[in-house]
Amino acid sequence: MIDDSKVMRRIVAGILEDLGYEVQQAGHGREGLDVLDGGWVPELVCVDWNMPVMDGLQFVSAVRSNPAWRQVTIMMITSESEHCQIVRALAAGAHEYVIKPFTADAIRDKLALLGLLPQGVVL
Amino acid sequence: MTLTATSFDWVRALVHKESAIVLQPGKEYLVEARLLPIAREKGLGDVSQFVENVRHRPDADSTRRIVEALTTNETSWFRDGDPFTALTSTVVPSLLAARGPNERLQIWSAACSSGQEPYTIAMLLEDALPDATRRVSITATDLSRAMVERTRAGRFSQLEINRGLPAPMLVRHFTRVGSEWEVSAPLRRIVTAKQCNLAAPLPRMGPFDVVYLRNVLIYFDLPTKQAILRGVRALMRPDGWLFLGAAETTLGVDDSWERVAVGRSSAYRPLKGK
Repeated sequence: MIDDSKVMRRIVAGILEDLGYEVQQAGHGREGLDVLDGGWVPELVCVDWNMPVMDGLQFVSAVRSNPAWRQVTIMMITSESEHCQIVRALAAGAHEYVIKPFTADAIRDKLALLGLLPQGVVL
Repeated sequence: MTLTATSFDWVRALVHKESAIVLQPGKEYLVEARLLPIAREKGLGDVSQFVENVRHRPDADSTRRIVEALTTNETSWFRDGDPFTALTSTVVPSLLAARGPNERLQIWSAACSSGQEPYTIAMLLEDALPDATRRVSITATDLSRAMVERTRAGRFSQLEINRGLPAPMLVRHFTRVGSEWEVSAPLRRIVTAKQCNLAAPLPRMGPFDVVYLRNVLIYFDLPTKQAILRGVRALMRPDGWLFLGAAETTLGVDDSWERVAVGRSSAYRPLKGK
């Protein structure tokens, strides 16, 4: 879960942990890449757009340029809500897009779409 | 003041009379939550006061709004995705093969709420068929006039859009209008929204090739379920397909349907000779 807001990281990490995910957190895209470089390659990355050092779009492009991380599903969670921004994120290689503010149900719905809802979880 | 037993019983009786929906005891919280915005709008501090006012001096607008507030449900895009997958993988291809090139498939989304279900179907078919606007029409109905208007408008808040709509479909089929998202004009042309009380004699519609009647029957008592299924069957083509909610079945309710597996989903088809 990559976001420069500690509060937002805690909220999303909490939702994912409740679903049985093991979650690591990073404060910007560069830190997120460091986690991947360190060998911890998750099934899912949730990433904000506007962050210092490396923003979410740059992070998505960086992940997509490395074939070793092809299996990683990326979901942007951001307050960027313009049509063209969503198109840019998808074109860069994000699979899903959630616009802030959101509910826990919205995250679960998207995970179900992505086939990443752990077995036994009922929407 | 919390809702009194008398007020709750009156609301229960009203909702049952107008919609045949059964509000079980213990649903007082639901009545309070759903009616509080209307009570506040009328300048009243609590729901009991509002209900008592309407009980003693009933007016058509207030009773309609009470029924609507208690019979509409939050809904999401691609809710329980399997019945939608079945539509494009099996149901529509088989129906198109059985129909003439100029015949239009008619699909009914009953109890469509604010429109997520009919527009989900419309998006899938628009993406799957090169000439969806010519080959398909979708009738979306709901008991609530407000929900019918919302479906007709095809506008959704950001929170609604977040609920299960795949981002690629959002960018393909919606445009941003102020703080809302509006479904594209071609999809709005495929979907016709109208008011319909499933518990009353059904209006002339159809004949339908596919009916989505999901998460509706659970709210009704057995005789009403039977009447609804009879009415739906009368509006369907003999080789039509009925989709119910995952927790619903015709078994033990109406024996004139055959349950068939479609992919990971189940559908019900009219039994011949019944």
